[in-house]
Amino acid sequence: MSRTAFINARLIDPASGFEERGNLLVENGIIADLGPALFNDGLPDGAEVVDCNGRVLAPGLIDCRVFTGEPGAEHRETLALASKAAAAGGVTTMIVMPNTNPVIDDVALVDFIERRARDTGVVHVHTMAALTKGLEGREMTEFGLLLEAGAVGFTDGVKAVANAQVMRRALSYAGHLGALIVQHAEEPTLATGVMNESELAGRLGLAGIPAIAETIMIERDLRLLETTGGRYHVAQVSCEASVEIIRKAKTRGLPVTCGVSAAHLQLNENDVQSYRTFFKLSPPLRAEQDRRALVAGLADGTIDVIVSSHDPRDPDVKRRPFAEADFGAIGLETLLPAALALVHNGDLPLGRMLAALTCLPSDLLGLGRGRLVTGLPADLVLIDTEVPWRLEAANLKSISKNTPFEDRLFQGRAIRTMVGGRTVYVQGEER
Amino acid sequence: MTSADKQLSPLFPHRHLLGIEGLSPSDITALLDLADTYVEQNRQVDKKGSVLRGRTQINLFFEASTRTQSSFELAGKRLGADVMNMSVSSSSVKKGETLIDTAVTLNAMHPDLIIIRHQNSGAVELLSQKVSCSVINAGDGAHEHPTQALLDALTIRRRKGKLQGLLVAICGDILHSRVARSNILLLNAMGARVRVVGPPTLMPSGIERLGVEVFHDMKKGLEGVDIVMMLRLQLERMTGSYVPSQREYFHFYGLDYAKLAHAKPDALVMHPGPMNRGVEIDSAVADDIDRSLIREQVEMGVAVRMAVLDALSRNLPNELPLAGGRA
Repeated sequence: MSRTAFINARLIDPASGFEERGNLLVENGIIADLGPALFNDGLPDGAEVVDCNGRVLAPGLIDCRVFTGEPGAEHRETLALASKAAAAGGVTTMIVMPNTNPVIDDVALVDFIERRARDTGVVHVHTMAALTKGLEGREMTEFGLLLEAGAVGFTDGVKAVANAQVMRRALSYAGHLGALIVQHAEEPTLATGVMNESELAGRLGLAGIPAIAETIMIERDLRLLETTGGRYHVAQVSCEASVEIIRKAKTRGLPVTCGVSAAHLQLNENDVQSYRTFFKLSPPLRAEQDRRALVAGLADGTIDVIVSSHDPRDPDVKRRPFAEADFGAIGLETLLPAALALVHNGDLPLGRMLAALTCLPSDLLGLGRGRLVTGLPADLVLIDTEVPWRLEAANLKSISKNTPFEDRLFQGRAIRTMVGGRTVYVQGEER
Repeated sequence: MTSADKQLSPLFPHRHLLGIEGLSPSDITALLDLADTYVEQNRQVDKKGSVLRGRTQINLFFEASTRTQSSFELAGKRLGADVMNMSVSSSSVKKGETLIDTAVTLNAMHPDLIIIRHQNSGAVELLSQKVSCSVINAGDGAHEHPTQALLDALTIRRRKGKLQGLLVAICGDILHSRVARSNILLLNAMGARVRVVGPPTLMPSGIERLGVEVFHDMKKGLEGVDIVMMLRLQLERMTGSYVPSQREYFHFYGLDYAKLAHAKPDALVMHPGPMNRGVEIDSAVADDIDRSLIREQVEMGVAVRMAVLDALSRNLPNELPLAGGRA
């Protein structure tokens, strides 16, 4: 029997709001017991003891939006390397997107991902399958069969489902299966630019993507949702108006949820100033006012989950003039530090922030995890919320180094990650 | 590189000319004053100078250009530089070699000055980070075209005696125009007042925050102006995508005598070329020797580019670096 005893931890269960100084016992990969009084009668025999020194022990993070290069673009990143980056970032479950080559739009490919991840990865990996065949936006995929194969939701990833009839039928059909439909909310005919449409874009001479490209798509989909039922999730909101639209829709009781990327919570369009392509994201970084609205939306629960939108891109497609470069930035290892910055700024309580990375994504995807509860698999992260450090791209696990946070100073990080009772990352000790 | 950083000439303390943004009014004045001297030199029989003797200048044009490229070529040659022209079709770059590889390759040949035009905004700045010589932006996407703004300013200053206090209308496709952006920045820096005139679809969002007044009615926009600066409108943008047709565009935004009558009686007309006669400018206006500065702009172009090359060359290292020092 394998046992790990975490002692002197600040236990936080974001789902219940439970927070207490105490201990936690992992037995055979399962959370066996926890609480302040645990181990009062002494430590269990043969247990590996981890002294947390008062640091936060929380459920492992769940990242709902991760792009990898496997299959088809392994030079950007494999599932194995992405999972290592995840572990180093405190992420114990990552949801991979279907934008690969081939596209994950078939039962056999979902199975391929699950097997590859199980054989080569160190964290849990689930698949979000394509919403339409070949991501072409025309015909829906086999939602029912894909769900049975293990898909946790349906999306065309970085592509919007532009055709309203396709979206209407997808929502309608997915509704009876309880499947989650995830939209990259961007009207493609309006989103022909490369950065936020603004005065800055005008000065830089870069074509803009207006905020209405996002809001029009969300408003349209919400109209459809009213008539179809189903569960609709906006993968990433980027602007103030979107937050407001979703806030109102939730008040009306519509089954809508949304996410935001850690980069959008920390950065704004001014970072694009020097034409740095690592800040070229989709949706684009917007104005500071939008960033503040995203933070507020997260604080009041309008925005449900924080994602990394991790998207490794190699120098061939990034070391280019801004307009020619690919969209996307890596983020698995900066997800938690960037989110912690909000806590340090006083924008968000720690518990709320952790909820957006643990129990809320778990509930959204029906994973049944993301909690510190006896009997659940021991997916845990030990967090030093205070340690100051500088992000050096060379130290990142990902082969692709396209991080928008290069040389940034952070406060706090994951220092130990456990997946199903197995320690997969200890800061400063490579395993 | 380090020796160049150590001592920048007080005349023009910059290693590169990437845009008007970042230049002070005194930098601009210094370049214009220097250019004035080259205007005189260019009118002599012996036009040859030697400030750039021994220097190598590469004109790297990723976008086709006749007048800017020949203007830079002539400017370099008149200053005594060895000038090489490289036209790289955008397709060959797309196929394989990246922009940065091209720059690194050229840099290994030890040029002193590289003049770059590229179809993408920010591309010239990107290249300037990868080479050890001076870089001059000859137009990057819809971002900047600083030597055009300088030559326009020189043309105006020589005719009007000043820039301060003049009212200038820039008309046409502001959205896609690097000439408009550089001119707005320069004219504002030098104390002129700038209006932009064009249909809403050809205006960048937030343009008014660059310190310009926006007009969609050309007659109102030209009311009382000293200078009318026309911009070129790409023909493919005139077939329903940004404006309905050439005919409609000329009717509302083409410069003819009827519209010009709203400007000051001594208002002058400029165009960066090449012109679409009958589309954005009436032939009679373009060729009116009393009103049109278009020919003069071309002449000033060579002088301004000589001034820029001269000014930047003063910041180049004078001694040979140690072997490998420039790699």
